[in-house]
Amino acid sequence: MEHSFTITGTTLTVHLPSEIDHHSSRQLCQETDRLIQRRNIRRILFDFHDVSFMDSSGIGMILGRYKTMRFLGGTVMAVNVGERMQRVLTLAGVYKVIDIYEGAPEQSRLL
Amino acid sequence: MQQNEMRLEFDSRSCNEAFARVTVAAFMTQLNPTLEEVADVKTAVSEAVTNAIIHGYEGRVEKITISCQIEGEYLLVEVIDKGKGIADVKRAMEPLFTTKAECDRAGMGFAFMEAFMDTLDVQSAPDCGTTVRMSKRIARTETGSPQSRSFPAVQL
Repeated sequence: MEHSFTITGTTLTVHLPSEIDHHSSRQLCQETDRLIQRRNIRRILFDFHDVSFMDSSGIGMILGRYKTMRFLGGTVMAVNVGERMQRVLTLAGVYKVIDIYEGAPEQSRLL
Repeated sequence: MQQNEMRLEFDSRSCNEAFARVTVAAFMTQLNPTLEEVADVKTAVSEAVTNAIIHGYEGRVEKITISCQIEGEYLLVEVIDKGKGIADVKRAMEPLFTTKAECDRAGMGFAFMEAFMDTLDVQSAPDCGTTVRMSKRIARTETGSPQSRSFPAVQL
């Protein structure tokens, strides 16, 4: 499963691939950064719906985008985060800086 | 006591990260692990192999060796590179420490290996490469589904 992007207003949703490692995260980082620069993005939603594997390269990818968003005054969220991925994100302390949702939060909360 | 061994040698290309972790996962299936245990081992192997590629060989294409052993209930995994080695292993193992922050590295590699395996030992010296040794006990119960072992709290 490859990654893809959806842009709604200033929100960029990153539909993450099934496996996030050093190999798959490099292109993902580049493409995400290009969209942030060109499309005036102020919120990134990382959608974990299809993710079955993620190592610390995925943590670096998320934290790197978080730094960019913080610099721009924007926010980062993780949605559709399953049990395994919650464990990985918690272990890395990511929940301290971004909001993590098991499901997808209501659309109204995103506006 | 159940015993088995395998050895794998491959190029230090990032496309082999998935190949390496899936191969180790396939090898460990004879211990009848839970999905959780397989995911733990895959993550740890992925971390060690990524370290060898990024830090050990710094992107050069050379060889990484993985050696796996099953000894009774234990899975032992060694990930070996002949790259530049680590000057200060203790410092390298500190969570959040990274020499490659500009490449979006979180500095969590060793912390993940430690968290997902039972034991972790790192042997390294500058210019002599690095050997990461990890082990995990894959305990089999005589009754009950394998899944019930992962969440003992649920059974209470």
